[in-house]
Amino acid sequence: MSTSEQQLQEFRAEVSAWLQANNPPDPGFLLPQTFMEVGDERQLDFLREWQHKVWSAGYLGMAWPREYGGGGMDPAFQSVVDQEMRRHNVPICFNVIGLGWAGPLIKDIGTHEQKARYLKNILSAEDIWCQGFSEPEHGSDLGNAQTRAVRDGDEYVINGQKIWTTMGNFARYMILLARTNPEAERKYDGLSFFLSPMDVPGVDTRPIRKITGEYGFTETFFTDARIPADCLMGEEGEGWRIAMQTLQYERGAEAGAAGGLSMIRVTVDDMIQGLQGVRRDGEPVLRDPVVRDQVVRAIMEEKAMVLGARRAGVGPLTTDYPGSLPLSSKLRLSESTRRMRQLAINLQGAEGGLYVGDAQARQGGFWQRAYFNSFSATIGGGTSQVQANIVAEHILGLPK
Amino acid sequence: MTVLGNTALSFTEEQAMLLDVARDFCRDKSPLSTVREHLESGPGFDAGLWREIAELGWCGISLPESCGGSGLGVGALVPVLEAMGRAMLTTPLLSTALAGQLLLRAAGQERAESWLADIAAGSAATVAWLEGGDWGDPAIHSTVDAGGALSGQKRFVVDAGVAALILVPVMQGDEPALALLRRENLPDGALTPNVLIDQTRRSANLHLDGISVDPADIVTGPQVERALADTRLLGALLVAAEAAGSAGACLDTVVEYLKTRKQFGKLIGSYQALKHPCVDILLGLDDARSFIYHAATLVHDGPLDADAEIACRMAKAQACEVLSYAGDRAVQFHGGMGFTWECDAQLYIRRAQWSQQQFGDPQHHRKRLATLLLD
Repeated sequence: MSTSEQQLQEFRAEVSAWLQANNPPDPGFLLPQTFMEVGDERQLDFLREWQHKVWSAGYLGMAWPREYGGGGMDPAFQSVVDQEMRRHNVPICFNVIGLGWAGPLIKDIGTHEQKARYLKNILSAEDIWCQGFSEPEHGSDLGNAQTRAVRDGDEYVINGQKIWTTMGNFARYMILLARTNPEAERKYDGLSFFLSPMDVPGVDTRPIRKITGEYGFTETFFTDARIPADCLMGEEGEGWRIAMQTLQYERGAEAGAAGGLSMIRVTVDDMIQGLQGVRRDGEPVLRDPVVRDQVVRAIMEEKAMVLGARRAGVGPLTTDYPGSLPLSSKLRLSESTRRMRQLAINLQGAEGGLYVGDAQARQGGFWQRAYFNSFSATIGGGTSQVQANIVAEHILGLPK
Repeated sequence: MTVLGNTALSFTEEQAMLLDVARDFCRDKSPLSTVREHLESGPGFDAGLWREIAELGWCGISLPESCGGSGLGVGALVPVLEAMGRAMLTTPLLSTALAGQLLLRAAGQERAESWLADIAAGSAATVAWLEGGDWGDPAIHSTVDAGGALSGQKRFVVDAGVAALILVPVMQGDEPALALLRRENLPDGALTPNVLIDQTRRSANLHLDGISVDPADIVTGPQVERALADTRLLGALLVAAEAAGSAGACLDTVVEYLKTRKQFGKLIGSYQALKHPCVDILLGLDDARSFIYHAATLVHDGPLDADAEIACRMAKAQACEVLSYAGDRAVQFHGGMGFTWECDAQLYIRRAQWSQQQFGDPQHHRKRLATLLLD
């Protein structure tokens, strides 16, 4: 499929106009910046309605097959939509595990029946999906997952516990990594991958209250939970490989994901904007020489990441420590984000002490909540300390 | 609009070739043992090597072809200086290249042609930037009168001892001007060498009282002030490129030691207290290299615009921050060895302190960046 630049340009104008006309008004409560922050029914209903609207307009799953609710088009169109969504600062398409993990996987390796059952409802936000990989005892060591799945006739019996299940209390399905063969020689070969229903007896979720005071994750308990045997994806023992396959869709629509804006990026521009009207020593805060130095540092951190992404594409400028830029990008981005949000609160003066819920909190307490939430990225997916070990060992060649 | 502004970064094939050639050359010609041989020598570098560098054409990389240069633009100096910094190879190249830029910008190609041809051919030159210790004060107090008589004092003139030409910013009446001071017009005792923290460098104070230049060797005009300001920014960029190179070499040195040194029965590189700061250095170094090649993309022969100014200042602030940190940790992580003269960490920590102040330290540049970005 090849789409001309002109087609894309015209399409961009169309999408832009649609987003401008349909971007929902401020609902009067803080919206999630990521899908990990959907804490209550109000937010859920709002986001469900928004995603449904986007899909109904034909702007989600544009490259997925038409017979399963997609648009059957060139993924370049979806990329245009995603870029425009970011530019227009619209709410997120929150069903992220469905749109970016489970959905593309089912589309690529699922049976016709699975595709028919799941894909359209992922796009329309009818079915919310969650992910059951992490376990309480094995935070960063997924390959060691101990939740058991035992075949019993036409069913698997699941026992064990998952944690950090995003929207576990709202989800209808979970992509579940469970151990079918505890005797396997390599721990990875004992794992299998399931599309597991959440509404069967024996599956219980307990919401986790986050540092922000809100909800967004659950613990998920399996006690002799019976799921149909056809929930298995691929063969028994292929769980690790399939789980790794789901990671490749992170690169967006071009890689097979349904698309949609998955998180609101908060930039140093937003911080500067948010400091309008704040005073320090009787003057605008951005006149303070110490503050100015700190803000320039924050700008440089963000700019360095953009420039680094460009330099990573220039072969002769990446020969010293090959792979250092991509392998450190999670560490760099998550830590820089955390520092910037902390600074944003620090610069608010006395108002920095207010929190979400106070009518006078600056931007409704946006930065306070954003700072606390930033730890989900410095801890989740391998803590910054583990990331630093990985970079030290793989890039610098330092010993374990 | 975003405060991040221009984020262009491109690297030409010529620059890639230069980087390759320069790295090989510097590695072969300037092992640290050779660098050490020159620490306490008079000129601080090997004259034969300087001739080889001139023959490679590096002195004229950024000068117009009509003056014997290669016309590759000032950005092409960045990979060369980075390679030199990596090998801790100091020659008068940085001073000479900047003097060439200043002449080109202040006097113009036509008028400066014979001077520029000398420079392109490897005749060392420098600029007497400072009168006091404040890089943030561009005021010039030294003067030249109508007859060419100079008065005043310049400090910290890098490579003054070997330069065939010193460009001296002076006031002529109310206007800044550039006196082109030839080596042969320099009386005995005009230069007082400084004792520098970085022993790979040489600089001197220059006493102007009693020295005269030919009135034809005074460059005046409204473009002089702008040329001075722009060349200072280029100086910041080139020192940044060199500092990024040195930071890379410093990191290599530390990592190598951590991979071989055992304590308490373990390789010390396995301790996170040592590992993680190395990663911090790597990340800072990666940022510095992104900034210097971004700046190399934006600088050119004409007057520098705000994007180029921002890029040069960010490059300098970042590269010197990371080199200071790397040099500091290099000494510490070598333990007792690090406290000795013999350990190469000393070369990097000393280089860091020198580079940091040259053309303004990180605070100096961030202060100006704040004005450019926030006001």
